[in-house]
Amino acid sequence: MKNPLVTVGLALSLVLAGGVSYYASSHPDGLEKVAGDVGFLDSAKESATEGSPLAGYGVAGVKNERISGGLAGVIGVASTAAISFGLFYALRRFKKDKL
Amino acid sequence: MHIPDGFIDIPTSTAFAAVAAVGVAASLKGAARSLDEKTAPLAGLTATFIFAVQMLNFPVAAGTSGHLLGGALAAILVGPYVATLSLTVVLLMQALLFADGGLSAAGLNIFNMSLLGVWSGYGAFLLAKKFLPKSKVSITAAAAFAGLISVPAAAVGFVIQYALGATATFSLTTVLTAMVGTHVLIGIGEAIITGLSVSAVMASRPDLVYGYRGTKKNLEIGEAHK
Repeated sequence: MKNPLVTVGLALSLVLAGGVSYYASSHPDGLEKVAGDVGFLDSAKESATEGSPLAGYGVAGVKNERISGGLAGVIGVASTAAISFGLFYALRRFKKDKL
Repeated sequence: MHIPDGFIDIPTSTAFAAVAAVGVAASLKGAARSLDEKTAPLAGLTATFIFAVQMLNFPVAAGTSGHLLGGALAAILVGPYVATLSLTVVLLMQALLFADGGLSAAGLNIFNMSLLGVWSGYGAFLLAKKFLPKSKVSITAAAAFAGLISVPAAAVGFVIQYALGATATFSLTTVLTAMVGTHVLIGIGEAIITGLSVSAVMASRPDLVYGYRGTKKNLEIGEAHK
């Protein structure tokens, strides 16, 4: 790749999602905390994708939390990269064709 | 900040999905005009990096955590249209693969984070840039300010949705106060991460930074007039 920024950035993303995420705070996030404090948290319904093998940022069947979460992070980074690079390269080409 | 299914009723969620769809369609048009050989890879990296950093919840107050939203960061690095698309890709991946954020709530989340978070952050960035001296450090400072503003702005989006279509009946002022209070704190973390990330890209490839290229162009036009 010509641009070292992209290579370094992607490697950093893999390290963050695949490794550092294990140390992330597991407290509820802002909205969840407010929902719990105010009292509407129980109006939440299970997502239709709750059965996904990656639901909740873990890989179904992998017992070790560090490996399960890290693997889910790596899969997420790879999938997001595939879709976003694909989309943005396609949009760039679309523009070129029109000119 | 990711709204699960059930908090907001279906008619309101559907209405926001329609608004979000219009915003995303407009962004596809805007992005096609701004993306080129050099900026397309940075745009892909921005979306990927935001996905990764959104996994890193940091503690903010007793028993509460927050994570980067990334709307302001993306807007400054790749422009608001591409930023909206980046955040939308991230939110869809999270909802579809990881059950993070509901499916019927996808429009609500895209409205709050991909539209409100991005455009409020971009607006705050432009405003701050106007009042700061024209320098690279100012870009980082303006980026941090944009990050700080964008989080409570997205939180207000949720409060509006709650006002229009909450399935619960708790006082709106209570929800507003709690949401804004908590998210100002999360905004401080957002400001730090946004400032650090923008300064890292400014140090290596300032020519690629959307929010900085504008500054240079204005300077050149200003000089040409003299």
